[in-house]
Amino acid sequence: MIADIDTLHPLETEGARLGIKNPAQRYDRQGERNDQDRMEAAMRAFAHDFGATTAVYLESCIHCGMCAEACQYYVQTDDPRYTPVRKLEPFKQAYKREAGPFAFFYRLFNLKHRVTVDELQEWQELIYDSCTMCGRCSLICPMGIDIARLVGQARHGMFQAGLVPHELWAVAERAEREGSPLGATPKVFKERIDWLSDEYDVQIQVDLDSADILVSMSSIEIMKYPQAIVATAKVLNALGEKWTIRLDGYEATNFGMLSGNAQWQKDLSMKIINAAVKCGAKMLILPECGHAYGAMRWDGANIYGKPLPFEVLHVSEFLARNLRNGRLKVKQVPKSVTFHDPCQIARRGGATQAPREVLAKLGVDLHEMSPGGDLNWCCGGGGGVVTIHRADELRYKVFQIKMKQVDESGAEMLLMSCSNCRQTFDDGQAHFKWDKTAHSLLELVADNLAR
Amino acid sequence: MTLLDFARGAAMKWSIAVFLFGVLWRLVGVLLLRRAHDYSQSRGPSLVAGALQTIITRSWPRKEFRASTAYGVAISYVFHIGLAIVVFGFVPHILLIRSLIGIGWDGLPSGVIYFCSVVTLIALVMAIIRRLTHPVLRLLSNFDDYFSWLVTAAPVLSGLLVVAHFGARYETLLAVHILSVEVLLIWFPFGKLMHSLLLPLARGQTGAFYARRGAST
Repeated sequence: MIADIDTLHPLETEGARLGIKNPAQRYDRQGERNDQDRMEAAMRAFAHDFGATTAVYLESCIHCGMCAEACQYYVQTDDPRYTPVRKLEPFKQAYKREAGPFAFFYRLFNLKHRVTVDELQEWQELIYDSCTMCGRCSLICPMGIDIARLVGQARHGMFQAGLVPHELWAVAERAEREGSPLGATPKVFKERIDWLSDEYDVQIQVDLDSADILVSMSSIEIMKYPQAIVATAKVLNALGEKWTIRLDGYEATNFGMLSGNAQWQKDLSMKIINAAVKCGAKMLILPECGHAYGAMRWDGANIYGKPLPFEVLHVSEFLARNLRNGRLKVKQVPKSVTFHDPCQIARRGGATQAPREVLAKLGVDLHEMSPGGDLNWCCGGGGGVVTIHRADELRYKVFQIKMKQVDESGAEMLLMSCSNCRQTFDDGQAHFKWDKTAHSLLELVADNLAR
Repeated sequence: MTLLDFARGAAMKWSIAVFLFGVLWRLVGVLLLRRAHDYSQSRGPSLVAGALQTIITRSWPRKEFRASTAYGVAISYVFHIGLAIVVFGFVPHILLIRSLIGIGWDGLPSGVIYFCSVVTLIALVMAIIRRLTHPVLRLLSNFDDYFSWLVTAAPVLSGLLVVAHFGARYETLLAVHILSVEVLLIWFPFGKLMHSLLLPLARGQTGAFYARRGAST
């Protein structure tokens, strides 16, 4: 049973990454229900997503196994269980038996057996611990199946069955209850803003009734990298923008999405959308957070049910645009840097070139990772995986790919535009006593603004 | 009625009927499902162009993936091209197609067809050995994978036996060959052989999806 997560699993802020204490306690089943109820809930939630798109994908797999070669978990372990499309096996089976065009055959002759809770429980590790939904597999599939998207849908079923890794469930539940997965409540956030305003002598606009730009932040930034708030304010003030942060809609991370709770995903997104509508914002700036970009830039309007009445930009896109049009000026940075592309912004988000434009304006010597850009390897912390303590050993294995990529780039400085990647890098750095430190692209720009 | 009469008569009619009805049923069953409207502001210039591009470009792996997938892709290319040459290039096959749909074309020399058949069969054998020995493929594989292989390889092998007049009377060999194709036709809608028709749909929808995002596909 889930007890009070605040007392049993207090927030851990001292380590290289944010998390919750008592990781050894495992609660892989949420709630007290019989197996039949769990299965029906899982299948209802999964079936809710069935449309022509999902059905075409589930019908198309030819079991060629190529997706394994794109997956960091398979590449680093040689364990065939981590083959991406296999992570969907119970759901493929359920689709064929319950919903596919030949479902009556499968049921009549019992060609596909009914999926059991035990199977789903076994698959929990595959759907959560060993998949960041980074989407590399979606790029290699010769049939063009978007496997990462299907894993996201499978998580909907897992959540409704109450079969989510405990820590991920706990942070998602906290986000729904408090408005932030990591304790960055409006009160905490306001206190941080007041402190940062004083400490760095920067004006941070809060709760304006009317503004052109609404700024959202990630809890990871608020709690662990508050310099991001200062950097954002510095840039927007330098541009003379009429901008605001609103305490009724600031949290851009969406653990509802990552855990698989579609309703919580909607609740969290709607807070920001409503805040932007209230203040009449023409633009919403998303923070350095990968999944926040997918959640709002690409899912936001669909959750809203109509086109959003404002533009949505990742902060790196905002920087690139204003450097391109000459409104923002930066000093030259005579350093060699390598850039880690956050999967949800680049490969799955399409904003691969924006950070490169920014880096070009900064005049840095960019050493691309190999492979880089859209094919870049994931840091291993996305998809909520960084919260799952039992996945640590596996995560460190896949992180070694990143270490190798960064080391081989030969660059002096490591940059990224995702605070979740950054905390994964920080944690990996501490674990391996690595000599590379992850830095923020936004903060580099803010530190080098030209007057 | 001889076995050959059966293969050329009732079996052919029924297998073609099952093939057509099954394919239609499966495609319609999938395509009639709802497609959610995407309200996000598109970044890409054309979703159709993205779909068409991906339908073509997914025919070979990106350079980053080539080294790790070369063997499987090469085998696959060989037997797919081989099958296409044998099915659509052999004169008796063209005559059959003409009798069924009224369209025909010039065939290839028999020697070329025999050579292609042998190469195709070798590639198919290599494919099944790989499926049986590669840890990933072994874990993924189910009845559909093995049976689809069998119904694909059987017509190639039986066709070679027909032209070699090897193993039985010519009429019996020909009947077995035709029946093996009919089994393929009957199985086609139910198993993975449908990938030949699902391929442009799956690739196309992914291409359009990522074109909207302005992302690479």
